[in-house]
Amino acid sequence: MWEAFLEPLSYEFMQRSLIVAVLVGLICAVVGSYLMVQRLALLGDAISHSVLPGLAIAFMIGANIFIGAFIAGVLSTMAIAWIRARSPIKEDAAMGIVFSACFALGITLITLIQRDNKIDLNHFLFGNILAVSRPEVWQTALISALVLVVVVLLYKELLFYTFDPLGAQAAGLPTNLLNFGLMLLIALTIVASMKSVGVILVLALLITPGATAYLLVSRLHQVMIIGAGIGIFSSISGMYLSYFFNLPSGPAIVLVVSGLFVLALLFSPTHGVLTQPQAKSGESMVWRELKGLIRRH
Amino acid sequence: MNPIALPFQANLVQQLNVSGQVEQTCMSSSASIAISQLSVRYRAVEALHNINLLIRPGRLVGIFGPNGAGKSTLLKAMLGLIPNASGSVTYHNKPLMQQLDKVAYVPQRSQIDWSYPATVWDVVMMGRVQKTDWFRRFSVISRRVAAAALERVGMEKYRDRPIGQLSGGQQQRVFLARALAQEPEIFCFDEPLAGIDQKTQEVVFEIFHELVAAGKFVLVVNHDLGETIAHFDDLILLNQSLVAYGSRQQVLTQENLYRAYGGRVLFAAGEAA
Repeated sequence: MWEAFLEPLSYEFMQRSLIVAVLVGLICAVVGSYLMVQRLALLGDAISHSVLPGLAIAFMIGANIFIGAFIAGVLSTMAIAWIRARSPIKEDAAMGIVFSACFALGITLITLIQRDNKIDLNHFLFGNILAVSRPEVWQTALISALVLVVVVLLYKELLFYTFDPLGAQAAGLPTNLLNFGLMLLIALTIVASMKSVGVILVLALLITPGATAYLLVSRLHQVMIIGAGIGIFSSISGMYLSYFFNLPSGPAIVLVVSGLFVLALLFSPTHGVLTQPQAKSGESMVWRELKGLIRRH
Repeated sequence: MNPIALPFQANLVQQLNVSGQVEQTCMSSSASIAISQLSVRYRAVEALHNINLLIRPGRLVGIFGPNGAGKSTLLKAMLGLIPNASGSVTYHNKPLMQQLDKVAYVPQRSQIDWSYPATVWDVVMMGRVQKTDWFRRFSVISRRVAAAALERVGMEKYRDRPIGQLSGGQQQRVFLARALAQEPEIFCFDEPLAGIDQKTQEVVFEIFHELVAAGKFVLVVNHDLGETIAHFDDLILLNQSLVAYGSRQQVLTQENLYRAYGGRVLFAAGEAA
């Protein structure tokens, strides 16, 4: 049994994948916790879809695609903030507009490039963790170190800001700077995760581990730590699924993490659907939940 | 907007400057919060119109007015929390916005996501963030200050409780403890009395009166003209522009209430004066 899991690691490309899987699982869960508590899941989706055109343009002009993607991600959040500030359009609509427009532009550009170059759109959309190069491992490690250092150093300020932005601003904290810093962290994390989960599914690795942990523990740093464990476990499992069954790594990782979420949803000691007192009645569980849904609407 | 309102307000400020309560010792404008020509626009709508106020320490100040009168907006605009505000707010002759380390602001309870993964202790410690250097951990002193604040509001037993499991009154007391932990000179509370239990109300007013006696500024937005109004020393009566400002007795006249609330004045309010 162990043989089957350890044997692939003798290949160098599998070692590289393992390192990236651990790092990506870790930083996605940590940074994603901030998105979840601020109810900004959609922003994570918006940034991740918006990195594509930057990536494509960087490839065209021969620049580093990570830097291109990062710049595009940051520009998209600024565009969203600008539309919201200068027009009566609400934030969620602004996000929807910006990210679908960027995504369309990205797909178009990459399709054009694909005609004369060896670049596979699918790898960016759905991830290919088994194909990370040595420089990509270094870039991911560098980004991860930076993200973790910033989160640790600014933990108390970010906790205050994400819980009560007005109270933090009124206490004199530079909340605009904190907000911008948080956006940079999110963009960096998405860029670092692009190769392993792909831009379409990175949202799951950002939100689901934190949400799963949230069902189990009740303080932000605990959510981050448990979430990181869940994220790392999921991305390593996804990597093996990708290796053994020749699957794109993104969907494999996301299926694992979603499965863990369902388990927590059903069996969490404090919030679990099946562990709550009312589950004791003779009524079938499915029937009770269905009735509950109808009554609530 | 309303040309008659202007001289009236100017008159009021002057009146407090020159002939205000005699028992107040700190009458110099430098030890006061001076608000002048404060206006707030939301796109085409003017939420606050040309507010001029001189607020003195050591008075429990209630900000009253009907829904949409701009009570919360006044508090937020004073602290620079609203981008579209014009006018000036000074404290010790310097812009208040540059001295926010002396301010504690407690937002409306309904503006906070109480399902946030944090414990009572986490929230009270937020009051010490501004007093702690960047990149540093909380000091022993900070922990002591926070613990004392939590004890003062009678919530020390709930220290490790997730905030989502508290009642509304308990949540309000935790926020009060956070404000105390900030050790500010100016306290601003937005609707702290909304939907709280009797016990919390007693604790809250007890602490308000202590702070006032210690010479702090305590500004409280309240929408309820009920019996709690008797706790306040001074009232600011708003309806987009300033209707009246002064001691409770001065402000609570039928004429002022009519101008602020239109015909919808609660009769009990008039009697509370």
